[in-house]
Amino acid sequence: MRIPLIAAAALIAAMGLAGTRLAAQSPPDDSEKEIERYRQMLSDPFSNPGFLAVDRGEVLWSEARGPKSVSLEGCDLGEGPGKLDGAYAKLPRYFADSDKVMDLEQRLLWCMDKVQGLDTKDVVARRFSGPGKASDMEDLVAFIANKSNGMKIAPPLSHPKEKEAAAVGEALFYTRGGVNDFSCATCHAEEGKRIRLQGLPNLSVKGKAAQETMASWPTYRVSQSALRTMQHRLWDCYRQQRWPVPEYGSDALTALTVFLETRAEGGEINVPSIKR
Amino acid sequence: MLKLTITLAAGLLVAGQACAQDRPSQAVIDAYIKSTFGKASPEWQARIKPDETLAVCNATRNTPSSAQSEEMLKREAARVAYPADGKFLGDWKKGYQVANNGRGGQFSDPPGTVSGGNCFACHQLDPKEVSYGTLGPSLSAYGKDRKYDPESIKDAYTKVYDSMAVVACSNMPRFGVNKVLSVEQIKDVMAYLFDPESPVNK
Ligand code: HEC
Ligand code: HEC
Repeated sequence: MRIPLIAAAALIAAMGLAGTRLAAQSPPDDSEKEIERYRQMLSDPFSNPGFLAVDRGEVLWSEARGPKSVSLEGCDLGEGPGKLDGAYAKLPRYFADSDKVMDLEQRLLWCMDKVQGLDTKDVVARRFSGPGKASDMEDLVAFIANKSNGMKIAPPLSHPKEKEAAAVGEALFYTRGGVNDFSCATCHAEEGKRIRLQGLPNLSVKGKAAQETMASWPTYRVSQSALRTMQHRLWDCYRQQRWPVPEYGSDALTALTVFLETRAEGGEINVPSIKR
Repeated sequence: MLKLTITLAAGLLVAGQACAQDRPSQAVIDAYIKSTFGKASPEWQARIKPDETLAVCNATRNTPSSAQSEEMLKREAARVAYPADGKFLGDWKKGYQVANNGRGGQFSDPPGTVSGGNCFACHQLDPKEVSYGTLGPSLSAYGKDRKYDPESIKDAYTKVYDSMAVVACSNMPRFGVNKVLSVEQIKDVMAYLFDPESPVNK
């Protein structure tokens, strides 16, 4: 436990250097090498705190819960009940039983309700962890997504509802509103831009930026001392976009995720990653 | 040269059509938006209801036709309110606060939060400040470069009050029209850009 904390502190320090480097726009130097060293250290399962979430998620997955006293192992994430390998690489996808396109988090809530008979109100209330507040969803996503490591992002776009979600997601990406007239495209549709010192990936086109981004979520956020999922990332971006609070696990977020996965197709998943 | 322009225009036209075909109907898009934001208060709902101008920007991905642009520039220009006393320059020190403040308008902001303009998020201003964004052009030495010319001051005021009165579907917020900044705050920002004593011009 002590190792990750020290490593995390070192990373913050290194990231501070990264900021200065970015401002000065100098070529790669010693501080960059240092950051790379910390990065490598932190993708080590024994020192990236995100792997603690993976372990907790594994317990939650196989634990009998709810009035039916069954585990989530009967849950079909698209590859068959209980099959986890590679499932995350193809999510969000269409599920015939719910007649909906669902991302991992929507699907898990559906399974908790239908398979376990669990009241998900409390689970949703804890969708994002905080000090002294664990999140089952973050832990489960970390565990399940980790089972797709080494696999390529491959959004299935065969069902008409999957195609609709991708097209709506694309339209939403360009939909402006809120008091600042922002859309996702305001911040994520050009190469090499930044807001203050924060680099902004261009997520509007297929390519490396989108692949590396989508293949690295869920991630352990050092600044928040928590594992975060794509639902949290989009919640935070809609906050910066000055839009209303988005409903957790709802259709516009899933549509946006489908669209982003189409831009990221072929990216090799390696999670949980670690970020600022 | 003419041929090049025509080819280019034809290419844009084709791209525009492809884009329009791919876009689902607004009713379908709105159903998704409702599922995600439908529980917000009426006041918050109103904020994401596009006005006539944004509806055009959304449907064309910020590339309105020249007829749409012309109409938009005229419509937005009519919305600009100029200072009643005819004075465009306030206090540059207060203007710095406005330019540096990125708070306001987020669902995490406590009620009563005073909104800033967050100009540094997108623009370089004071050349000594290293933490600036690059979504917009550098505004360093903005007033000095324009010789503190009154027409330029008025143009910049128009830009900040309603960016789309100047550039159709500009990526810059319409600070005055959307009531993010008051006329007083915009005057202070103008001073930050145009006062010879402001660090922007040093
Ligand atoms: C006002 C600016 C702004 C808007 C609007 C915005 N974002 Fe972001 N986004 C950011 C910033 C800044 C970051 C990087 C945050 C960080 O590194 O801490 C980011 C990060 C991300 C990431 C993760 C990038 C990574 O490298 O891991 C994704 C994915 C993303 N945004 C998607 C979106 C989507 C989809 C929308 C629209 C719903 C959106 N953003 C709207 C500013 C914005
Ligand atoms: C989200 C990004 C963003 C923010 C925030 C922003 N701007 Fe801009 N601004 C732009 C972009 C992009 C342009 C250039 C394109 C255009 O004119 O629409 C621009 C252009 C301008 C121009 C015209 C420059 C010229 O060509 O002469 C001025 C003046 C300006 N901004 C001032 C401000 C001030 C003052 C603030 C804060 C109160 C501000 N901007 C906030 C994005 C932004």
